[in-house]
Amino acid sequence: MVDDNMDRFGFTISTGRQIDYESNDRSIAEYILDKEPSFRLCIECGGCSATCTTGNFTGFSLRELNILIKRGENDKVRQNLKKCMLCGKCTLVCPRGVNTRNIVVLAKEAFQKSDEYAI
Amino acid sequence: MNKHVVVIGGGVAGLEVAGQLSKAGIDVTLIEKETKTGGNLNKWYKLFPDRRKSSEIKEYLDGITLNRGINLLTNTTIEMFNRNRNHLLITTNGGKELVADAIVVATGFDLFKSARKEEYGYGIYDNVFTSADLEEMFRNGKIALANGTVPETIGIIHCVGSRDEKAGNLYCSKLCCVTAVKQAIEIREYLPESKVFCFYMDMRMGGAFYEELYREAQEKWGVSFIRGKVSEASETIEGKLLIKVEDTLAGRPLKMKLDLLVLMAGMEMSEGGKKIAGIGGLNTGENRFFAATDNHFGSNISNIDGIFYAGTCTAPMNITETISHARAAVVEVIDYLKDGR
Amino acid sequence: MNLEGKKVIWNDYQKEIADDKYYYVRSCVRQNFFPGSETAFLKIMREELNKDVYEHPCHTTCTGIGYHSDIIPVETTMTVVARQFAIMTEAGYENLMPSCITSFGLYTEILDTWHHFPEVEEKVRRQLKKATGREFKKPKNLAHASDVIFKFRKEIGAKAKYKLINKKTGEPLKVVDHIGCHYAKMFPSKGVGGAEYPYVLTGMIEEWGGQIIDYPERRHCCGFGFRQYLVQANRGFSIACSKEKFESMKPFKPDMIITNCPGCPMFLDRWQYVINEMEGKRYGQNGEGIPVFTYEEVAGLVLGYDPWDLGLQMHQTDCEPVLQKMGIEYSPEDKYNLEIRPSYTESHKLINV
Repeated sequence: MVDDNMDRFGFTISTGRQIDYESNDRSIAEYILDKEPSFRLCIECGGCSATCTTGNFTGFSLRELNILIKRGENDKVRQNLKKCMLCGKCTLVCPRGVNTRNIVVLAKEAFQKSDEYAI
Repeated sequence: MNKHVVVIGGGVAGLEVAGQLSKAGIDVTLIEKETKTGGNLNKWYKLFPDRRKSSEIKEYLDGITLNRGINLLTNTTIEMFNRNRNHLLITTNGGKELVADAIVVATGFDLFKSARKEEYGYGIYDNVFTSADLEEMFRNGKIALANGTVPETIGIIHCVGSRDEKAGNLYCSKLCCVTAVKQAIEIREYLPESKVFCFYMDMRMGGAFYEELYREAQEKWGVSFIRGKVSEASETIEGKLLIKVEDTLAGRPLKMKLDLLVLMAGMEMSEGGKKIAGIGGLNTGENRFFAATDNHFGSNISNIDGIFYAGTCTAPMNITETISHARAAVVEVIDYLKDGR
Repeated sequence: MNLEGKKVIWNDYQKEIADDKYYYVRSCVRQNFFPGSETAFLKIMREELNKDVYEHPCHTTCTGIGYHSDIIPVETTMTVVARQFAIMTEAGYENLMPSCITSFGLYTEILDTWHHFPEVEEKVRRQLKKATGREFKKPKNLAHASDVIFKFRKEIGAKAKYKLINKKTGEPLKVVDHIGCHYAKMFPSKGVGGAEYPYVLTGMIEEWGGQIIDYPERRHCCGFGFRQYLVQANRGFSIACSKEKFESMKPFKPDMIITNCPGCPMFLDRWQYVINEMEGKRYGQNGEGIPVFTYEEVAGLVLGYDPWDLGLQMHQTDCEPVLQKMGIEYSPEDKYNLEIRPSYTESHKLINV
């Protein structure tokens, strides 16, 4: 259908990039919040991303992934989670005392358990 | 003969100044434009950071001012100022003439009129309220939408009328962030099933125990904090409020439907204060609050000999700071009066 | 919704609109897409309201399209606009009345620039003198044509043959008003009602019996822009903007849309066809679209002008449902009959220059 429109009109209707809070699936976030309450403390200051070993060389940003999980934007999270080396530097830095390393572990677990998102 | 000081404004600062001056043996006339004293204190139900009742502060202030021979004039405003060689002369709206050895101006602040932020729809959409409106709901023990039903999702917008060139106020009102956090917690207390979202530009938690309150809001009460300025609110066909905000930390615009929207109205120089500035020739700063002669050690001193300032008429400050500022004004007044003036 | 709250804002944003002796500058685009609109406007102004509306055949495009597409530099645009002012001054008029919203926005922007930077105005005067030998005075009053119709909405309402009411049910028609971006978003104080809750079309609809719809994407641009759609590959963004509006207004079941910009009705009207072709979606009830009108067309319908004289047959989204709802008498067979009818020959004449 999309290709037809390109042929006929030379353009297709652009899709919006707004985060639609209501319709997003926050089951991953809820799974993590249930098992790691310190996740609630994150203020997205970025200390974790600054020190991150992986973030230095790839597009992985734990700060960004934390937010996307909270908003239910799971696709980018699913693709990037495997890049984490679980080195734990992020947990050392966090000023709020969030167990950041466990968040990555739990997120992976949540995706595995959910049929839709199994990595 | 006792010296006579006129205190203009019967809010927290005015009452504290009046009480302390009276304790020091000075005759005080306290002028208040409303029917009762208390000023903005009467608007709040429970105060940050510990959520104690505002009525306790009022009790303390009444304790130091009632039955002390302070001449309280309610429903009174100032119409004219004059000074002769030795005294300051004040004419009230009732035609009364007062002779004072010194004056303390404690005219306080007004909340920003949120209808001026047209895009948030205050006064237009039924379920948009200000922080003051919400305090009334807390006082009545009932948080409800205009049609009486209980809201499930509540949004709180920080910086309404503050840090905003379009609203005419560049400054930060300092107390709205902690008020938002306090109110978010209170909403969650009243409505355990609710979800609360705070939309902020920066979190300004610069007082004792404020940051801890912020942490409690997240940790214990699950309040969500989204960094971004809400650009507009509109009503959907179901009567919900659709807001658009940039989720700056996710780098994408976000839209969300809320049942109820609370606007954190900022603090502005009061209308009464503006009038006094005009008739008294008192300087005001760019932020329209009274301009003290020195930022560090003269924050109670005005540009007119014998006239002093106390409290939020000079800048946004919390109740603790207001009381301290008021006591500092008293020290300045007593010092001033010693020189036989 | 509390209308009183809006009324307070509408009171704050009042603007001065001249009441006669207008110098009319036409739109580049409107005459192509909605040919009946400007003709109807002139007829209403000259014959119904007995106003002096003057137009000069030598006036050109204001070059707003070029300016907003980055093809024409701003100083050239200013000089062209200065020439418009010069012709107006030479003809002895002081009240500028553009037909196009982009023109209105451009004139407002230029006058504001000259106000803050008088040296730029001086330079433009010199350039105009050098290029054409003309001199100009700035217009004393600048009001868009929709502002003028807004000003005289009561007079038009008094002469109304039809109201914006559903004849069968007696209910007011639900009308969406869409304001061109350049009307108030740049200079809210220059738009009746300001930028958040514009009143210029709302006032007309209220006066003529309709009911306003306030929907979440009311402020959203229709996507016209110029950069967006001039290049074919960018049109996806334009159409997405219109679609966002349609999706948002659909639950409110509007009967019609009324706009004051020349580009917006073109978009809102044509894109409904394209969206239907691309995705099979329609936004009206009963599988229909939502008819889109310019305010001149609505004024004409309300005054009882023949729909085909107004050019409604040129609309992509069928207007006839609204005509039927309003109870307007018209002959469906004459829709594409191109014969010029006598009632319009008066306004077709050019005023001698």
